[in-house]
Amino acid sequence: MTGEQIVFLVVAFVTLFAGLMVVTTRNLVHAALWLVAALFGVAVTYVILHANFLAVVQVVVYIGAIAILFIFAVMLTRRDMRDQGPQMNKNWWFGAVLAVLTFGGLYFLLQGWEGMTKTATSYPVGFDAISELGNALVSPAGYVLPFEVASVLLVAALVGAVYVAFNPRNGNSGK
Amino acid sequence: MSFWNDPLKVAADWLLGVFTAWGMPELAANILIGFLGVLILISILMVLDIGLVWVERKVVARFQDRIGPNRLGPFGLIQPFADIIKLMIKEDITPAGADKVVYNIAPMLSMMSVLILWAVVPLAPTILGVDLNIGVLYIIAAGAIGTLSIIMAGWSSNNKYALIGAFRQVAVMISFEVPMLATLLIPTILAGSMGTAAIVEGQDIWYVLLAPLGALIFLVAAIAELGRAPFDLAEGESELVSGYNIEYSGMKFGMFYAGELLHAFTFGGFWAILFFGGYRFFGLEKVSPFLAIAVLLFKAFIGYWLIMWVRYTLLRIRIDHMLAFNWKFLTPLAFTLIMVTALMNALLSGTSTWLYVTGMFLSNVLVAWGALEIARSYSRRERERIEGKRIVEAGH
Amino acid sequence: MNPWIFVGLFFVVGLLIPVGAIGIAWLLGPKKPNPIKQSVYECGIETVGESWVQFKAQYYIFALVFLVFDVETVFLFPWAVKLGALGLFAVIEGIIFILILVAGLVYTWRKGMLEWA
Repeated sequence: MTGEQIVFLVVAFVTLFAGLMVVTTRNLVHAALWLVAALFGVAVTYVILHANFLAVVQVVVYIGAIAILFIFAVMLTRRDMRDQGPQMNKNWWFGAVLAVLTFGGLYFLLQGWEGMTKTATSYPVGFDAISELGNALVSPAGYVLPFEVASVLLVAALVGAVYVAFNPRNGNSGK
Repeated sequence: MSFWNDPLKVAADWLLGVFTAWGMPELAANILIGFLGVLILISILMVLDIGLVWVERKVVARFQDRIGPNRLGPFGLIQPFADIIKLMIKEDITPAGADKVVYNIAPMLSMMSVLILWAVVPLAPTILGVDLNIGVLYIIAAGAIGTLSIIMAGWSSNNKYALIGAFRQVAVMISFEVPMLATLLIPTILAGSMGTAAIVEGQDIWYVLLAPLGALIFLVAAIAELGRAPFDLAEGESELVSGYNIEYSGMKFGMFYAGELLHAFTFGGFWAILFFGGYRFFGLEKVSPFLAIAVLLFKAFIGYWLIMWVRYTLLRIRIDHMLAFNWKFLTPLAFTLIMVTALMNALLSGTSTWLYVTGMFLSNVLVAWGALEIARSYSRRERERIEGKRIVEAGH
Repeated sequence: MNPWIFVGLFFVVGLLIPVGAIGIAWLLGPKKPNPIKQSVYECGIETVGESWVQFKAQYYIFALVFLVFDVETVFLFPWAVKLGALGLFAVIEGIIFILILVAGLVYTWRKGMLEWA
């Protein structure tokens, strides 16, 4: 076993444990903090995959923005930050079956994928993943349309958020 | 290759020889050498940090026409060490009802988020922690951990002041992260790389000449990220007593305090790296790496001094003003500046250096002037509206 | 060798130093807690109600707006890296990308969501 594999196993275990704690812990802020731990584990996994950019973006966007948003949301909605209700609802068996089926389906699909058995070739010398990504994002032969559509999507998300939060009764509508 | 030209490599090679002679595998030896290097760097930083306590207190005293610490040792130089001893032997009080685990982790994370920033600081041409090709985003990622530590501290203290302070601080930090990210794009565009080392190497002309407005916006955003005046409304002594760290005492408070000082110094350093040529100073860095480090530290101190100057000169602003300033002025301005910089860079890149620099500089000045004009005319209209209303009210 | 090992070392040492400092302080300091000492510091007044209170919804709105712009700017970084080599066409693509988002900012502004009401 190489060092990389050991690191991966440790990180994967920590990530899964953190994920489990997110759904089982009663305290909602603790759940959010465990979520941060899980997200950080994913970032380390990206590092192991040599995906530098994704790793940093994972931390910047998921920990720096989305986790903060979650914590804000918890603090805004709950007077008492402990979850008193039952942790299972009556559809739990349906969810469990669905989860098992999804896992089985993914397992089945990935069985035939050659990436599972093949070792990845290392980068050629002087390969810069970021500039390749930049190239792909803006060259007409690449992903220029998805790049622009992403911008529209983000604006749509912004408009949606504003619309949901917009409450004409409290009088803070536009001038 | 002598020690004076490339100290890091010489020392590492020598240690590698020693360790492998002891029968250690090469990878383990390399990791151990890395560990020792990081430990030395961070220890030096912590000593520097203790010095910064003295610098900060002395400078604030000067700005306020006082003398500052002057009792212990020459110029009060021993004062910070006395402070450290006091912090060490103080009783550590955990408030009743605090969330103990989160309460204890927060100050450690706060300090860590500052120390890990130094992984991407290029100290000299050959002395650099890690040459990551996503260097500038790494700065923001470390800041994200800092934000998290503040909200953890504020929430776990079981104190309303702490929670309000944390919320305000986080609101400031996340708001000003947008213009900061935007201005980080400018050195990235100019250098064609996100790596801090490449950005410094690319600065044959300091980027402050190509993007003076970008440098200014970065400084403002950095001050806001640090939570220093005029953006220190999280602290708000008169209303919140001290903000998110109110319940902390002893060394745990010391971690927040030292972390804040080192953070300010580090951002002075990043300001120098991104816009003022980092360790470069008219070829001085080629003479000796030690000289390069001295140049960088000098520039970082100038940036730090500027941040202190702003802190002790300006008044605290209200949260609504702060958010309006960010979202209605700084963010649109930063995005305009990116567009202008990208466009001018593409149009002028083939021309002579003189034309390029002049064009970039003038375009920045033009954007700044336009923004100020718009803001001025808007505020004039607002003022007239309010004054008009007052006149009507007075007439009744 | 993977440069991220060094980043990992920075994380480890960066955590060890504060842990060590706080640990030493914990060993050296006296430990005599009493209820008055441990009471919440709110200027000598007992806390009224729960300390973990609900918050103004406006914080959440700003976090949402921030999230959108955060993601957007992150998208721009690979573009910025490659800009020098790509020429005017890529610049214009980037400008369109930014303009669409500035339109979103203007919409939010017009709707009054950027006011601290």
